[in-house]
Amino acid sequence: MFEYAPAPESRDVVDIKPSYGLFVNGEFVDGSGSAFKTINPASEEKLAEIAAASAADVDLAVQAARKAFTTWSAMPGAERAKYLFRIARIIQERARELAVLESLDNGKPIRESRDVDLPLVAAHFFYYAGWADKLQYAGYGTRPLGVAGQVIPWNFPLLMLAWKIAPALACGNTVVLKPAETTPLTALLFAEICQQADLPPGVVNIVTGAGETGAAVVNHPDVDKVAFTGSTEVGRLIARSVAGTGKKVTLELGGKAANIVYEDAALDQAVEGIVNGIFFNQGHVCCAGSRLLVQESIAGELLASLKRRLGTLRMGDPLDKNTDIGAINSAAQLAKIRELSDAGEQEGAERWSPACAIPAQGFWFPPTIFTGVAQSHRIAREEIFGPVLSVLTFRTPAEAVEKANNTPFGLSAGVWTEKASLMLWTADRLRAGVIWSNTFNRFDPTSPFGGYKESGYGREGGRHGLEAYLDARDGSL
Amino acid sequence: MDSFVLVGDAREVSTLTTSGFSDVASSNAALRGFLHGLPGVDKVGADGRAAMLGTRSIKTTAKRQAIDLAISMVDLTTLEGADTPGKVRAMCAKAVHPDPSNPDVPRVAAVCVYPDLVAEAVRAVGSSGVKVASVATAFPSGRSSLEVKVTDTELAVAAGADEVDMVIDRGAFLAGDYLKVFEEIVAIKAACGDAHLKVILETGELATYDNVRRASWLAMLAGGDFIKTSTGKVQPAATLPVTLVMLEAVRDFLDSTGRKVGVKPAGGIRTTKDAIKMLVLVKETAGDGWLDPDWFRLGASSVLNDLLMQRQKQDTGRYSGPDYFTLD
Repeated sequence: MFEYAPAPESRDVVDIKPSYGLFVNGEFVDGSGSAFKTINPASEEKLAEIAAASAADVDLAVQAARKAFTTWSAMPGAERAKYLFRIARIIQERARELAVLESLDNGKPIRESRDVDLPLVAAHFFYYAGWADKLQYAGYGTRPLGVAGQVIPWNFPLLMLAWKIAPALACGNTVVLKPAETTPLTALLFAEICQQADLPPGVVNIVTGAGETGAAVVNHPDVDKVAFTGSTEVGRLIARSVAGTGKKVTLELGGKAANIVYEDAALDQAVEGIVNGIFFNQGHVCCAGSRLLVQESIAGELLASLKRRLGTLRMGDPLDKNTDIGAINSAAQLAKIRELSDAGEQEGAERWSPACAIPAQGFWFPPTIFTGVAQSHRIAREEIFGPVLSVLTFRTPAEAVEKANNTPFGLSAGVWTEKASLMLWTADRLRAGVIWSNTFNRFDPTSPFGGYKESGYGREGGRHGLEAYLDARDGSL
Repeated sequence: MDSFVLVGDAREVSTLTTSGFSDVASSNAALRGFLHGLPGVDKVGADGRAAMLGTRSIKTTAKRQAIDLAISMVDLTTLEGADTPGKVRAMCAKAVHPDPSNPDVPRVAAVCVYPDLVAEAVRAVGSSGVKVASVATAFPSGRSSLEVKVTDTELAVAAGADEVDMVIDRGAFLAGDYLKVFEEIVAIKAACGDAHLKVILETGELATYDNVRRASWLAMLAGGDFIKTSTGKVQPAATLPVTLVMLEAVRDFLDSTGRKVGVKPAGGIRTTKDAIKMLVLVKETAGDGWLDPDWFRLGASSVLNDLLMQRQKQDTGRYSGPDYFTLD
């Protein structure tokens, strides 16, 4: 009667080269490691051959960044801002191209890359461009640190790049950035944008590769600042390796966020918030609301609504403009999601997914809900990083807070109630870096983001995000 | 005094149809307790959900299905002081054959007129299957006595109206006198006889989505067959979020009572894009069960020609100018 026809975004807007080199000192150069391929996780087709940076390549990139630091850091803030504003505008102009490329390489729905990732990427550059000539008012001094070594994950490839590069450059640092092995393409297109914006050579360097390349960036002795977003496991290794080196570090790691729904919540919007909390970006979100804590008095009603809503989610071709759930980013990640989900079943939780057709090619996992989950189950404690929601119940606000905080993580949390005093009471007691009130997974460049406990340290975004890229020992403070 | 007898009788009829909620309207306090016990609506979230659904991309075959479905759901409306029998006849001709050059185009669902023009409309639509709806109850403000409202309704029904579009007493609603609003709807429903009752909430005057949800439930509990957003005389009228909240209400009401109620956004739906966004909202909120002229209507006038133009564009690949489609 009325079924949505396929509405694919054209991939012709983006020109993917057969192979890509490293971006060092303003130019694309060959890597000396053995090249690897990046694939489209929705079809497993090869997209391009990517150069791998060896320790020697990383050294060249750091040298280029060090050399550029002399002029870039001495440049008046207003001049640096011009470059950042220019980059922001080019990102807006080329947003469609970047969005399509992001969806191809990452597997996320074009609706999200178009409506969430790209607007936020541009907004971050605009926001930090505005700070570049106002650093003396931020309260962290005005002296940049030097060369920033940045390692970013595959879940929001271009957005994480923006979170890292925009504040670093605004403060006068130069950058060596390593994108994730499975999602290097938008970072390499960003390198072209740096050329297009006439950014001085060496200010931004992009080195592609796997874990060893990242380790070479982090461990390079001439790197002054390490910024990492990724797993807690790797974060620990980094913290260990930079200990005692004098490098400044920020780590943005895993999470197991509680999404607390009180009985007086606006239920239809809470259901949307739960869906957005855990199924946004296939649950590949460090701050995902992966633990639903629902008050027992409304648990049945809420779950019925939630299940009905999951029945309307559209899984499939990430480039289809009506797709809600795209592909899992890699075979390895899919295996991890399966392993933890199977563990959930074995430990006695009840598993539910809506009926949905799984495409034959590519990496897919249906939206999944576990009910009857206990705090002790692995699916309530470990980060799954996939479209899997663990549902727990509580009786009183105190119990909700106790359960929400009973995790080694502390990145984010959500609270749903129409009662303002209960909202504030709860938010005061949650140990998480970001607490969303009657919403979830909302981001803004003006708002600081970061974790408690094993979710990392340091803040990105907002005025607070400048602190990570300035030397607070600056005598001018 | 007659009207009070009517109220008493009618309430019994309506409470029978909504099992499980028979005590809800036993007093204003009970009704207030029930309506204020409904889950709240978070405005930011509802607006966000409606905006997201507005980004659905409906192309090719889906667009063709949507256009024909939308045409078949239109309540083609004229509600002007300057309406004449000739104007109504012309509109009815258009309702029966929206595009005279193309017999494949479905007829619209209904025409909607003032009570004094119902007889004219009934004659004009004949046996085409197009229903005749009449506004009533001192439309659009509803500022009159119950007696006048009931009589207004009875006249429309006597003249042959298949459907009655009543307005609620927004003043009473905002003053918290929910029982008065309830009893008026019950009385009008009784006066409708076999005619279907659409209850206009005039959401533009209710100010909050919480009120829209409460008014929706109030109208459904009182026996309304349809809930309708607006008179078309007040802005804002049929916004996407308001329609979303009402679709949630009819969905939940069916779950709770087993009785299905229709939804009619009216006012401000001007383009094919507006109409298609409404259908997307229906599909992903209340579900496919409401994608039918029996359960969803679009109260509009100018949207019909835009739907026809888009339909022809799909068939021929070219746009014709507005001069190629009849005004009414």
